Amino acid sequence: MDAVTLSAVTKRFADKAAVDRVDLDVAAGEFVALLGPSGCGKTTLLRLLAGFELPDQGAITIGSRIVAQGGGASVPPEARGIGMVFQSYALWPHMNVHENVEYALKIRGMARGERGKRVERALAVVGLPDRAKAMPETLSGGQRQRVALARCIAMEPSVILMDEPLANLDVHLRDSLQAEFHRLHRQLGATILYVTHDQAEAMALADRVAVMHEGRIQQVAAPRRLYAEPATPMVADFVGRGLVVPLDEAVAGRSGVLEAKLWGHPIRLRAAEGGTSSFACLRPEGLAIAAQGILAKVERAVFEGAATMLHCRVAQAPEHLIRLLHRGEPPAEGTEVNVAVEDGWLLPA
Amino acid sequence: MTDGAAASPNKLQLTPPRGRASAGGGDRLLAGIVAAIVIGLCLVPMLRLLVEALLPGKDGTLPLESLWSHSVFKAGVNTLISSIGSSIISAALGGGLALAIGLTDIRRKGALNLLCLLPLLIPPQISALAWIRLLDSGTPVRDALEAILGPISGHPLYGGGGVTFVMGLEHAPLVFLTMMAAIRRLPCDLIEAARSAGGRKRHVFAGIILPLLQPALFAGGALAFVSAIGNFGTPALLGIPGRFTVLTTLIYQRLSGFGPSVLGETAALGLVLAVLAGLGLIFQREAFRRAPILRSAGPSGPILELGRSRPVFALAVWIVLLVLTVVPLLALLAASLVPALGVPLSFATATFENFTYVLTEYQPTQRAFLNSTLISAAAAAITAMLALVLAYYAEVRRWRWIRALDAAADAPYAVPGTVLAIAMILIFLKPLPLIGVSLYGTSLIILAAYLSRFLAIVLRPLSAAMRQIDPTLEEAARLAGATGPRRLFGIILPALRPAVASGALLVFLTAFSELTVSALLWSQGHETVGVMVFSLQSEGAAGPAAAVASLTVFVILALAGLATLAARRMPKGTLPWMP
Repeated sequence: MDAVTLSAVTKRFADKAAVDRVDLDVAAGEFVALLGPSGCGKTTLLRLLAGFELPDQGAITIGSRIVAQGGGASVPPEARGIGMVFQSYALWPHMNVHENVEYALKIRGMARGERGKRVERALAVVGLPDRAKAMPETLSGGQRQRVALARCIAMEPSVILMDEPLANLDVHLRDSLQAEFHRLHRQLGATILYVTHDQAEAMALADRVAVMHEGRIQQVAAPRRLYAEPATPMVADFVGRGLVVPLDEAVAGRSGVLEAKLWGHPIRLRAAEGGTSSFACLRPEGLAIAAQGILAKVERAVFEGAATMLHCRVAQAPEHLIRLLHRGEPPAEGTEVNVAVEDGWLLPA
Repeated sequence: MTDGAAASPNKLQLTPPRGRASAGGGDRLLAGIVAAIVIGLCLVPMLRLLVEALLPGKDGTLPLESLWSHSVFKAGVNTLISSIGSSIISAALGGGLALAIGLTDIRRKGALNLLCLLPLLIPPQISALAWIRLLDSGTPVRDALEAILGPISGHPLYGGGGVTFVMGLEHAPLVFLTMMAAIRRLPCDLIEAARSAGGRKRHVFAGIILPLLQPALFAGGALAFVSAIGNFGTPALLGIPGRFTVLTTLIYQRLSGFGPSVLGETAALGLVLAVLAGLGLIFQREAFRRAPILRSAGPSGPILELGRSRPVFALAVWIVLLVLTVVPLLALLAASLVPALGVPLSFATATFENFTYVLTEYQPTQRAFLNSTLISAAAAAITAMLALVLAYYAEVRRWRWIRALDAAADAPYAVPGTVLAIAMILIFLKPLPLIGVSLYGTSLIILAAYLSRFLAIVLRPLSAAMRQIDPTLEEAARLAGATGPRRLFGIILPALRPAVASGALLVFLTAFSELTVSALLWSQGHETVGVMVFSLQSEGAAGPAAAVASLTVFVILALAGLATLAARRMPKGTLPWMP
């Protein structure tokens, strides 16, 4: 397994930068998810790593090898030793399962006996040891994706790229394959870059999540930290639909808990060392109805099973609608309530 | 994975895949060879023809000046009149049949559709011959005709009228195809809106449907015009005996009369042909450009119910179709089964004499069947390979300079066949550099011409198939370490095998009975089937000519039937007669 480094990588399509000065360090053996809305550049980034696209600027290093450099020579995809799992599975329709898994080994000139052993092992790992003779069209979607996975790990690549591999599967299959990916990563110890638009998937699988927006990486952090301490308003909103609100006055960031004022009420926010900021990220579960707090009117109460999401219009700033997760019997729509901030995060400047 | 595998995970990445050093090198070699062949066979001959037609010859006169003569002027006018006339017949017949079959609830549409497209498969010289035999004196059809029109001296189809009429029938399928495609795209809601606004069927038909289909009718008519301009087989069989000369037959007569010494002059004539065909293509494009853009989320392909008149209507359509397509072929078959022209066919008179003669006794026809089979098979295999490589680098790899070659590959198919044949003579008359041998007067010049002309036939469907292929199949193979040529032959070709096979079969079908190009390129010992039908007929050997033609039709229909069966597993539109 190899480390992957991108430094100041830019890729433009007809003047628009799909990937814009991206820096990313992935440690050997790490599982990093690239998360973002569609069109944010995450797939382009993956294709740059695979070698299907060439960067206009910047450099990409895999292991100790510079594989691409803006404007310079590059290592073609077929020589990068990278494995990839596609959303469409990309199984070759004229080859059976065994032949699909074997193809890369054959090209590398591996002896027949060893090839057979490798294929058997890879199919056993993904739980399809008895389907070696099956043709791809006879397999279910989940089985096809397992074959694609086996094809990838049989190559024993130093880096595995996954492009929305679960997007075409139904919810149940997604859960079981997610568990499989997790186990495989532990077992193989390969470096994995995983593109997805589904934040729950990214959080469940990855060691670290890189959130992308408009070609730029917004934040790279472990899932827990990403959720609790978003670096930008975009991350706050995209990950867990956090609410970004303007503070009454700017606060100088320092690590720990500090005092701030929101719509005339004193609140306490977690913060990190940094410049002055006047925005906070609030999450529905960090707000509660209390005896004292921000005066707001319940506009809508949406029952969500374990709790009820209350959409409340702030009395002092009617352009703001805050969401509050309430357990127990909800107040009637139209009621005025006091909202206390139990947990909040000072967005870094 | 087991411990054993985990212990040696890095072994592979340290040994780079074989062929890595030449990554891209194999691509460049393969694409380079194919590009050189395509440039040599498609682009260079066309340019050479232009040079020959436009620059002064050895005697210092401009070839274009030779056009200023009475015979050329007359042939040009004849070409225009017969082409315009025949395209009007094609538009009326093809358009009418498309409306009758595509727009109504007539039954057995599939069979009617195939019958309408049958003339597309029959080469012009054979359908001309079939019509000659149908209207020979003594046949029931001729008797019926004379009963109406009074006695006819000579053959009624010899001359301009016959050429125009038969070409009109031959090219009707082109209009039929464009019109059927337009009808299938016609949104139903437009018609339903008109009906619910109170329009009666005939109002809707005249006020909504016909105006919407008019561009397709014009475009199809323009295609028929382009085909008529380049048609050689029909004016050769019907025009030459009737002293009705068009440009293609004029070029043929001059070249076969005076030989390569008149090449400059015929190149200029060829240029005129190409320009006329080009004007037709421009008209076709314009007609399509002006077509209204129809967008509809709902169903398309409206149907007008015939109601109680359906049986009568269907009977009329069947009679028209059978008389125009099948009956002439039956007359041809009948003529091949009688010992001499004019002998009525019966169990007593029927004989296989003509067939045994052309297959076992007469050497030129034996040679022709062998030559045509070999040359067409070689042309089919080679064009399929060339097209496979071209389409791969153009559509999957999207190499820009290969994409530019696509247009070059289309040119020899777009110009009239006569023009291509002249270009081929110009290129291959002189001994080839390095080898010092001239291809002129050998089978190889015919093969070269077929490669050039028919590459487009297999390239178009293959390009379409390449565009439809899932790009991740190729990308996955790339990451597996496969070089470009290895991906093409190991991943892409197996996935496209049906399209490659049907494209090659289409080339074989077209080349097997080809006349226009081979009429100018054949030589003693290197005859083709198309040439034999023409020369036997002009020598007056009517029976053997009919036998060769019947055998050709049999081979074509058998192969087309095979292709149709195979096409059931292929994407729609792979075969021109199965849209």
